[in-house]
Amino acid sequence: MYKLILCQRYLRTRYIALASVISVTLGVATMIVVNSVMAGFSGEMRERIKGVLADVVIETRSTDGEPDAESHKALVRELIGKYVAGVTATVEMYGMLSFEYGGQFIPHPVTLIGIDPESKSEVGPLVDYLQSYHAQPDGKEVTPAERPLDQKPGWELTASAIERRQRVAEITHQRAQMLRELKKQRHGEAGQHEPAPRGAADDPFAELDGAVQNVAMQDVAAIAQPQDGRVYIGAGLISFPHKDEQSGEMRTVFMVRPGNDVKITTATAGIPTGAYFDATVVDVFQSGMSEYDSNFVFCNLEHLQKVRKMIRTNEDGSESRAITSVQIRLKDYRDSDKVVELLRTEFTPDRYTVRTWEQKQGPLLAAVDVESSILNILLFLIIAVAGFGILAIFFMIVVEKTRDIGILKALGASSSGVMSIFLSYGLSLGMVGSGVGVVAGLLFVHYINQIEGIITIITGHKVFDERIYYFKEIPTHVDPFTVCWVALGAITIAVVASILPARRAARLQPVQALRHE
Amino acid sequence: MPTASATSHPSSTLSTSTAPVREKPLMPEPQIAAIAVEKAYRKGDHQVPVLHGVDISVHKGEFLSIVGQSGSGKSTLLHLLGLLDAPDVGEVQLDGQRIDDLSERTRDELRNRVFGFVFQFYHLLPELSLMENVLVPLMIRHSIWGYWQRRREYQDRAREMIDRVGLGHRLTHRPSELSGGEMQRAAIARSLVARPEILLADEPTGNLDQATGRGIIELMAKLNEQERLTIIMVTHDQLIAAEAHRTVKLREGRIEPA
Repeated sequence: MYKLILCQRYLRTRYIALASVISVTLGVATMIVVNSVMAGFSGEMRERIKGVLADVVIETRSTDGEPDAESHKALVRELIGKYVAGVTATVEMYGMLSFEYGGQFIPHPVTLIGIDPESKSEVGPLVDYLQSYHAQPDGKEVTPAERPLDQKPGWELTASAIERRQRVAEITHQRAQMLRELKKQRHGEAGQHEPAPRGAADDPFAELDGAVQNVAMQDVAAIAQPQDGRVYIGAGLISFPHKDEQSGEMRTVFMVRPGNDVKITTATAGIPTGAYFDATVVDVFQSGMSEYDSNFVFCNLEHLQKVRKMIRTNEDGSESRAITSVQIRLKDYRDSDKVVELLRTEFTPDRYTVRTWEQKQGPLLAAVDVESSILNILLFLIIAVAGFGILAIFFMIVVEKTRDIGILKALGASSSGVMSIFLSYGLSLGMVGSGVGVVAGLLFVHYINQIEGIITIITGHKVFDERIYYFKEIPTHVDPFTVCWVALGAITIAVVASILPARRAARLQPVQALRHE
Repeated sequence: MPTASATSHPSSTLSTSTAPVREKPLMPEPQIAAIAVEKAYRKGDHQVPVLHGVDISVHKGEFLSIVGQSGSGKSTLLHLLGLLDAPDVGEVQLDGQRIDDLSERTRDELRNRVFGFVFQFYHLLPELSLMENVLVPLMIRHSIWGYWQRRREYQDRAREMIDRVGLGHRLTHRPSELSGGEMQRAAIARSLVARPEILLADEPTGNLDQATGRGIIELMAKLNEQERLTIIMVTHDQLIAAEAHRTVKLREGRIEPA
């Protein structure tokens, strides 16, 4: 009983010890805040990294692919049918995207993915990332969503895209006709002075002239007809941020919009030869993960197969279309290891690689984990330093209390009793420190965005710039398990730090202690 | 010479006061005895001998005072008797049983149950109130649960003790709010609440003015008379020592013949 009373009194009267606990409090609070923010970030990052990836992906080693989609899907369902929530087949290939902006063609290296939008949206979030399904902020105004969320994704143009296309077609047509007129006049004059026409090969404009001729011959409706190739194009490929000089506002300028045409160059299957096609942009794809947004171009699967010569006509006249990857969504991702094992029995490593999305993005995910664990180690060192503070202050208290320890021993207190006073003192300090730390940390996490706002106002410097990560606010995730561990760890350190002084107190001989004046 | 001074050791050199104030009880067996105890302290590299073979025995209900100059070893002797320290040579006996070589735990137990201590500097715990200070020996004796169950009883007992030493009106005061005499009374109440058999007092009046000191001694003498409490008191004040049944004089670690 005396242990409890004394421990409680020491707690109430020794403010210096409470000061030593502030370091524990700060350490615990910092660890909770950092862990929550890191967990929030990594959770958000995982979401982004996962992005459009399916849970499990089977890829052919060669870009020639394997025929065909249906047989692959059937085999997948046969092997792992009970785990599967959705399957889609795609063709993935490198390519080059070019589009015209400001009178020049701008090229970008891209990953070209031929998809069937409907089944693709079953294996991962696709609609979530297509701009036409969501209201888009444009400066101060917001463009409303053009498609309802329940509409299945497809290759149809939106009304505004058709309209834009129509406008572009009219201008193109007009311009072509003017050019034709101009050319006629020039040709007429040239014919008088120079009867021998130049060879077509010598004239760099001959082909262009031909194209102009063609355009001019067509009517506007034919020009406005969208191309056979249709693409969803990554927002990062076709936009750049622009700061308005007058308002100082940042806004995103799109160089290509749905309804415009782009040119895509890629290689055919078999012996690679160049293949290129025009495609009409149907939608803009924006996942927030810049690696995807500035790299991915989703194209209609059939057209890509055709352009890449991946369609073979069988003897019986039926067609077999090659695909390069099968994407699978699982009912429960925890089964992924088992599923990968099962798939590897049929999709053998000589022709296929079978990976989960985590394995595919391994280094990126590992980097996030490594960052978080290194930070944790560093922060735990802070708490360990706090432990040494407690050690020093406890030694001081033991020295100060030497006489009292002697009295207690003279009155019959055992060594273990005296030791337990100081151990429970350490325990209480640890609990108070980490308790306050947990509360402070959780409050900080809860109000982190408000706090960020205040700091921004005070310092005039934006602490968390959303442009860097594209997060609207600081993401946090409080893991109760981590909080418990941090609190327990801090308490343990406080107790461990009090062991040495407590032992010293316990070992004091009563006479020595009493003589101590 | 009264038989009370006889010990189990015929060779003992025991001196008694020539002017006993009270009648001494006659007992055949000593209650507590030190037999040929020697003790030296280490000061740096030097061994400083404090006691050179001291024999002393005290009977139940006896009031013994040990006098001597500073450094004569009287406090050390008291500490050895009260198991606050262990002798280098010799033994300490309680009711004929050797107690100085018992396990630490048993010695703690004996200190709690058999001995009551009163010190020159009172040695109250500054963080506790008077009441709590007095209760400390009982808290030490009982487990948390055991104490909690019977805390009313113990509190009543402590209050009674405090009343007896005349501090009933200062129960909740801290030691720093008490005067020297009051603190010493509180220390006596603390030593008595555990109902000890032997009260060991180390210069109980050493820090008090004469009148207050006399009050303390009278209180002890009363306890000795009423409760037949054995008291061993160390003092350097001949006047105070004269209150006891018997006085033992120590000089340079040896008992001085009367």
